[in-house]
Amino acid sequence: MAGEADRTGGMLRELAADGSALFGAVALALLVAMAVLAPLISPYDPAEQVLRDRLLPPVWQAKGVWAHLLGTDHLGRDMLSRVIWGSRVSLMVGLTVVLLAGAFGVLVGLAAGYYGGRVDAALMRFVDTVLAFPSLLLALIILAVVGPSMGSVIAVLALTNWMVFARVTRSVVLSARQLPYVEAAEMVGGRPGRVIFRHILPNLVSPLLTLAILEFANVVLAEAALSFLGLGIQPPASSWGLDVAAGKDYLFIAWWPVTLPGVALAITVLAMNLVASWVRITSDPQEREKRFARVVAASKRRAAARPTPAE
Amino acid sequence: MSAPLLEIDDLRVDFVTRRGVVHAVRGVSLKVSPGETLGIVGESGSGKSVTVQAAMGLVAAPGAIAGGDIRWKGRSLLGPDGAAYGRQVRGRDVAMVFQDAMTSLDPIFTCGAQIVEVLRAHLGLDGEAARERARALLELVGIGAPERRLDQYPFELSGGMRQRVMIAIALACEPELLIADEPTTALDVTIQAQILELLQELQARLALAVILITHDLGVVAGMCRRVSVMYAGRIVEEAEADPLFERPAHPYTMGLLRSTPRLDRTEGRMVSIEGAPPDLRDPSDGCAFAPRCPARLAACAVDPALAAVAADRRAACHRPYADLWGAAAPSVAGAASGGW
Amino acid sequence: MGRLVAVRLWHGLIVIVAVTVTVFVVTRLISNPVDVMLPLEASAADRAAFAAALGLDRSIPVQFLDYVNGLARLDLGTSLWQDRPALTIVMEHLPITLLLVVSSVVFAILVALPLGAIAARRPGGGVDRVTVILSLVALSVPQFWLGLLLILLFAVTLGLLPSAGAGSAAHLVLPALTLAIPTMTRLIMVTRSQMIDELNAQYVRTLEAKGMSAWRVVAVHAGRNAAVPVLTLASWEFVRIFAGYTVVVETVFAWPGLGRLALQAIERQDLVLVQAVVLVIAVIVVVFNVLVDFAYMAIDPRIRLE
Repeated sequence: MAGEADRTGGMLRELAADGSALFGAVALALLVAMAVLAPLISPYDPAEQVLRDRLLPPVWQAKGVWAHLLGTDHLGRDMLSRVIWGSRVSLMVGLTVVLLAGAFGVLVGLAAGYYGGRVDAALMRFVDTVLAFPSLLLALIILAVVGPSMGSVIAVLALTNWMVFARVTRSVVLSARQLPYVEAAEMVGGRPGRVIFRHILPNLVSPLLTLAILEFANVVLAEAALSFLGLGIQPPASSWGLDVAAGKDYLFIAWWPVTLPGVALAITVLAMNLVASWVRITSDPQEREKRFARVVAASKRRAAARPTPAE
Repeated sequence: MSAPLLEIDDLRVDFVTRRGVVHAVRGVSLKVSPGETLGIVGESGSGKSVTVQAAMGLVAAPGAIAGGDIRWKGRSLLGPDGAAYGRQVRGRDVAMVFQDAMTSLDPIFTCGAQIVEVLRAHLGLDGEAARERARALLELVGIGAPERRLDQYPFELSGGMRQRVMIAIALACEPELLIADEPTTALDVTIQAQILELLQELQARLALAVILITHDLGVVAGMCRRVSVMYAGRIVEEAEADPLFERPAHPYTMGLLRSTPRLDRTEGRMVSIEGAPPDLRDPSDGCAFAPRCPARLAACAVDPALAAVAADRRAACHRPYADLWGAAAPSVAGAASGGW
Repeated sequence: MGRLVAVRLWHGLIVIVAVTVTVFVVTRLISNPVDVMLPLEASAADRAAFAAALGLDRSIPVQFLDYVNGLARLDLGTSLWQDRPALTIVMEHLPITLLLVVSSVVFAILVALPLGAIAARRPGGGVDRVTVILSLVALSVPQFWLGLLLILLFAVTLGLLPSAGAGSAAHLVLPALTLAIPTMTRLIMVTRSQMIDELNAQYVRTLEAKGMSAWRVVAVHAGRNAAVPVLTLASWEFVRIFAGYTVVVETVFAWPGLGRLALQAIERQDLVLVQAVVLVIAVIVVVFNVLVDFAYMAIDPRIRLE
């Protein structure tokens, strides 16, 4: 087996070679930078209303001004600043929810997978039942009743998204437990904690990492939808979903209040999907091999289809 | 000698993997004439399956045919015209039986449907006529209550029966050549014997030409008149079965024969061939078997071509018939009757 | 086979009960529709009287028993907002939502299956790469934004289609497209990956050795083998849309369906109507899942006979 350093170097090379994954990784990095540095790079206070300058188009359109690169919304708030600060909300909500839902879900999955039998059956029945709930409706109901805020949004999204972590964890644990070396460890009398940590957890890292990234993307979309419907983040905070909702009423005269936050959302989620896909393929040797074979076959086909110089 | 049915001419097949190009088949030539039985023997990785898969047009990415020709009744099966010709010929004139019938049959179609499919595509049979022929085929391969089996699914049958169904499908259009790729490897020993007997019977009855691929010498001994031994993507010895077993020319063949346990002799230690097959990503220029060969010479650094070493025998060796592992290989007349 | 259906129905019943109880408890425990419905100046006595009239002053278990009694008579209560039987209101809005959801899913399936199959035949090839990229993009786009973009393009800029309401077939196009696009892309991805797996299966080698045409291999054999997971996803999409995303899309397009009704009821804290909507949706989902089970059995004999 190649050494650790070699593997990392190889992985980075593969990442660079895979254009879309590279785009995803770079976009994600920029996004995180934007969120973290928001107070420093945002040109205006996102909540500052200058009604005189309402609905200014982006700079590249006829009536646009350089002072507001991406234009302003119906209350005169700078779009660029709102987009920048909106990233904070999305990333914060996404990260917190994934950590909370992930922690709880993984614990449930570990318990179900490790203890098996009745415990497993009962836990999985519970998971399946909760999974069958209409989560968006329930989220809306709870938020309407409890009062929407960043905290309640995070809580509700965590409540409706932990199940998939439980399922994936359980299935990895079950298949890992069937591996001969894990059975051996258990038979020799390894304490449950030790068996879990040393033998099972390593198998969990990559599927959970992929899942976490995908769920992050889902949560970002979910928060945007809740905010759009008015039951998520509340004004004057900046949330991309909220901004799209606000811009909806002016759609027929101004395209940018609706479009720009949406573009930010789309790029964020796309970047995460690309990175998750790359992680998934790279951590599964069979998939990696298949991907390689496909790329070679496709480039051969392209080479064969190209006309020779004499023609 | 009638014109050959299948001719493989200096075939080369490569597989492109992340870790390099694997040269699975490195210049294999063989011929099968009508009614002839040919056994191809070799260990895993010798290229025996890939060779016949190429003949059946089953080599796909990441593998590709890198050179040579494959001809059916004189017409090439390669290239765009060849591919069209091949699709006519496959299933109708040449048929193949695979190793694991459970995965080789479509799990959600009935056995009858899978037979009728071939009849419909190649012979234009349909409805009652097709069903009756399918039933007759199941009877031919020794399946009891064939009427019932037609409507059953593969998972409802036992391993041996599934293999018989595969054979029935292969024989549906009365092919001239049947290729059996490890037909018994996935079966229990007792069922193995039954299936081999069935193949022999069918071969005689229908005057089929058969290519039998296996790693098991015992399987070949009873059934095949000619044998080709493959190693590391090449044919290393070709002969008629009896002379081959009686006095193998190539050290690899000798090793195979001597390392096969036998019931009718008590021996001291068993012979095993030291080492492992070569990595076909970077095959050496010399004889591929040389690193493991007790009889190797300095000359073996140059690859020996397949050359005649006796009447109707060829071997790829600089030192054929070398006296290895004690006396010359004992007679295997006992093995020829299939008795273990 | 009957056993499978019975088990599915039993699980469905558990889910319905769980959802109903959850919504019931959450709404009555925390919210207070009295405050929402009465003007601010109303006195405490007025509020108490109002609450009593609605039966909200009793303990929750008692209220629940009352509710269950009503269910037996198919009486889901009277809407606090519209002062009409809740079930009637729900039934008025159900058909138009079903129309929207069914058209979206059917359209998505009709486009996704062939595209996924074509992409699978040549993984890494032209159609495949374009499909995968477009799919990833389409999946990353928030549904409400997609709807608004479509309005921007077809209604505002091109003026071809209406942007709101449900008067005609033209009104159906944009909302259905909005719902169909994410579903379609997920279906394409699953179809593609299932078909790639099936096309690599050993039985495909046998079919090729039998001289079967590529069409037959893909459409008849590989396709049907791939169908179960694809059907699973399609049914999951139907449920996802019907039990959730109609809220978003119907709001964007002012489509007068169940989803928009639900949101309005939630905003007005009309517990009764919310409860009714949730119950009806849950029941329909359970029935739908049973129907899908029948479909599984028709496709895959192993499910039927084991």
